[in-house]
Amino acid sequence: MHILINIAAVFFLVMGLVFFLGGAVGIIRMPDFYSRLHPAGKLDTLGIFAMVTGLVIYNLHHFSLETLLLSIKMFLIVFFVFLASPTATHSIVDAGMRAGLRPWTQKKKKE
Amino acid sequence: MTYFFSCIAVALCLIMVLPLYRCLFGPTVLDRLVGVNAIGSKTVVLLLLIGYLYGRVDMFVDIALAYAFLNFVAVLAASRYFHKRKGLYEESFME
Repeated sequence: MHILINIAAVFFLVMGLVFFLGGAVGIIRMPDFYSRLHPAGKLDTLGIFAMVTGLVIYNLHHFSLETLLLSIKMFLIVFFVFLASPTATHSIVDAGMRAGLRPWTQKKKKE
Repeated sequence: MTYFFSCIAVALCLIMVLPLYRCLFGPTVLDRLVGVNAIGSKTVVLLLLIGYLYGRVDMFVDIALAYAFLNFVAVLAASRYFHKRKGLYEESFME
């Protein structure tokens, strides 16, 4: 039972690391400001969810009221990030649109 | 398991270098803001891992929550500040 919990925690932590790596590479490689927001907004949220899930599973392997309350608090962080990260991304897009930043096209690049 | 947590923390620090490049050399101000937001969302998980390494998760959970909130407020305030700036489109071609 103990080793199963450890395997699940390792699986979720490595999965979150893969999602974070994908988001970071997307922020580097995308050609445009608006397309850069696509990995930044989604993959970071999913990476935080996966990594905190792994830490919660590891935290619950000696079950008591204290660790249960701690795990609920960790999931409150995930809940807050699920609300805040799309809002922050939308606000950055809105700032770009209002500042007159036009999207990237193939023809514009050749000029 | 503590050794594994420290390995994950070091890997997370190495991943944070990639958005740091976007923060330093981003063509516009808003690209830098995207990089700062990505680094902040990784730092929340890093704080939880540091809590496991020190054995004080109950304290570091509060710090991580406060950090997530501060990151959100900072990005909102900066994007409200920069939306009045003109000439971002020309700036994005300077590279």
